[in-house]
Amino acid sequence: MSDRTRELRTYAIGYGLSLVLTVAAFAMVRWPSFGARAIFGIVLALGLIQMAVQFRCFLHISFKRSSRHDLQLILFSALIIALMVSGTLVILFNLRGRMMG
Amino acid sequence: MSEPELSHAGLNLGDTGELTQDQAENAIFGFWIFLMSDAVIFALLFATYGTMIASTVGGPTPASEFKLLPAFVETLLLLTSSATFGRATIAMKYDEPRRVLFGWLGATLGLGLVFLALEANDFATMFAHCAYPMRSGFLSSFFALVGLHGLHVAVACFWLVVMVGQVCAYGLDARVRINLLRLGLFWHLLDIVWIAIFSVVYLQGNIG
Repeated sequence: MSDRTRELRTYAIGYGLSLVLTVAAFAMVRWPSFGARAIFGIVLALGLIQMAVQFRCFLHISFKRSSRHDLQLILFSALIIALMVSGTLVILFNLRGRMMG
Repeated sequence: MSEPELSHAGLNLGDTGELTQDQAENAIFGFWIFLMSDAVIFALLFATYGTMIASTVGGPTPASEFKLLPAFVETLLLLTSSATFGRATIAMKYDEPRRVLFGWLGATLGLGLVFLALEANDFATMFAHCAYPMRSGFLSSFFALVGLHGLHVAVACFWLVVMVGQVCAYGLDARVRINLLRLGLFWHLLDIVWIAIFSVVYLQGNIG
C-alpha cells in the first residue's frame, strides 16, 4: 500500500470515528436515558476520546513513532491544563459553597 | 506495513525537492509550542466558564439560550472542514494538480465561512433575547470563550486566503509548504477546541 493511500485512509478513519463520536454525544443529550450527571460524564468521555482520535489521525501524534518532543509537549500542556482547570474549579466551587451555603 | 518515522506534528512531507525533513521539523516545532500555549488560554477560559455557569443573575440561562440543532450543524461543518484541510495537505504533498489543491482549500474555506455565519446568527439570536456579554457572569464568560474561538476561525479563514495568494505568487516552494502545514495544524487544533466547546457549553447546557 502506498504512502498516499495510507494517509488518505488515516484521515478517512479519523473523520469517520469523529462523526460517530459526535453523533453519539449529541444523541445522548437529545434522547436522555440516564441521570444528568451520568450523561454529562459520558459526553465528557466521548469528547476526550474524540480529541485523542483527532490528535492521532489529523495531527499524526502517536506514542511510538514521534522522534521529536511533540507528544511530551502535549502531555506537559495537558498536565498544566489539568492542574489549572481543576484547581480553579475546586477553589471557586468551594468558595461559592462557603459564601452562599 | 512499516510506517516511516514522523518528525513533527501534522502530515510529514518527507524530503521533497523543495524542502528537507529537517527544515520542516524545526519550523513546525516552534509553531507547535505556540499552539500548545493557545490551548492553555482556551483551557483557562473553560475554567472561567465552569465557575460562572450558575452566575446568571436571574437572566438568560444555558438551558434557555443553547439549541442543539445549530450546535450540531456547526460541529459537522467544522469537523468536515478539518478533514478537507487534511485532504488539501495530501494534495500538496503529492503535487497533485493545482486545481485539486485549490478545490480542497476552497471547500475548507467555504465550510469555515458557513460555520462563522451560523455562529454569528446564534450570537444575533442571543442578543435579541437580551443575552449580551454585560448581562451576567455566565454570558461574559460564554462570549469570551466561544467568541475567542470564533475569532480564531475568522483569522484562520483570512490566513487561508493569504495562503492561496502565496501559492499563486510563489508556487509551492519550501516557505509556502511550511506555512500551509502550520495553517493545517492551526485548523485541526481549532476543531479540537470546538470538541470541548460543544461538550462543555452546548451539550451541558441542554442536559436535564
